[in-house]
Amino acid sequence: MSKRGRNLGKIKGFTIQFLPYSEVRDLNSDDRIKKILGIVLGNSILILQGRLKTEEEARLIGDTMAMIDHVKTFRGIELAVISSNDKAGFFGKMKSGLANALSGGDLGAVTIIGPATIVKEMKRNPKKIELLLKR
Amino acid sequence: MVMKILKNFFKRVFSNLFKNRKNIKLGFYGPPNAGKTSLANRICKDFTGEEIGTVSKIPHETRKIQFKEKVEIKSKGKAMVFKMIDTPGIATKIDYEDFMKYRMKKKDAKNRAKEATQGVIEAIKWLDDMDMVVVVLDASENPYNQVNITIIGNLVARKIPVLIVANKVDLKDADIKKIEAAFPEYDVVGISAKYGTNLEEFYESIFKLSKKIK
Repeated sequence: MSKRGRNLGKIKGFTIQFLPYSEVRDLNSDDRIKKILGIVLGNSILILQGRLKTEEEARLIGDTMAMIDHVKTFRGIELAVISSNDKAGFFGKMKSGLANALSGGDLGAVTIIGPATIVKEMKRNPKKIELLLKR
Repeated sequence: MVMKILKNFFKRVFSNLFKNRKNIKLGFYGPPNAGKTSLANRICKDFTGEEIGTVSKIPHETRKIQFKEKVEIKSKGKAMVFKMIDTPGIATKIDYEDFMKYRMKKKDAKNRAKEATQGVIEAIKWLDDMDMVVVVLDASENPYNQVNITIIGNLVARKIPVLIVANKVDLKDADIKKIEAAFPEYDVVGISAKYGTNLEEFYESIFKLSKKIK
């Protein structure tokens, strides 16, 4: 076992929820964000297939801020998106754009959202996302 | 009838000709402590003699939108008038206990956190009102932060021209190339707002960017 693995110590209880895109595809932006925040407020780390629209990401941040003011123990979220489209060229983006239009979302992407009380940091680079948890 | 059409035509032509020269709304966006206010202060001080806001090592020092009207930026024989809009840093989490690490009292820290959350909401709301935006990033930090990507994505969706500034190039860990690699579709200008490094290139880029306003 790696040194990092041996030193994990006690981590407070949490669950990891995987949500297929089909679960949010038919929701409007309000309900989509409400669903996501509901999961995160329940002390779960959410792994969502696909990604939100950029406007929805901004709204998620705004709603998160409003929630910090209203829920005593809530400190916000850690959020990261990794997409197969990030390094694609013009034609690659056009191709995936067409595929996304047909499927209703960028299914090649993965969005990870966790409560800041559990996730200390999400380190992202174009190839991976690392989750650093709080002890 | 013909006169009215002609009048409207000339009005449209002239308003388009001069729209880029009148108080262009220039927003400063980015994560907390990237140096948005430091850069806005540097510009305002150079061209108006007054600063726009206070700066601090403690994150979320700017918690309200700050303005400076009619700032005429002059560089290399060119001049343009801007309305400078300095916005609170956008974050996905705000914990009052983080402020207490800076020896802030619990009550003050809680108050700061409350104001900071409202500041983020306000900054997001203001995205719609910008003519062009400078996204200020700390060149010594990882640029692949989702907040940076979300801000830029939202500006692009609104067709607002974006310039990325890699601030704090004076720091040992600063790496502009990393920022350029993260955002290859945008112009990136490396500066130090603290020491006034490379501001001429920044002003040039601002003038260039203003041509993209729709």
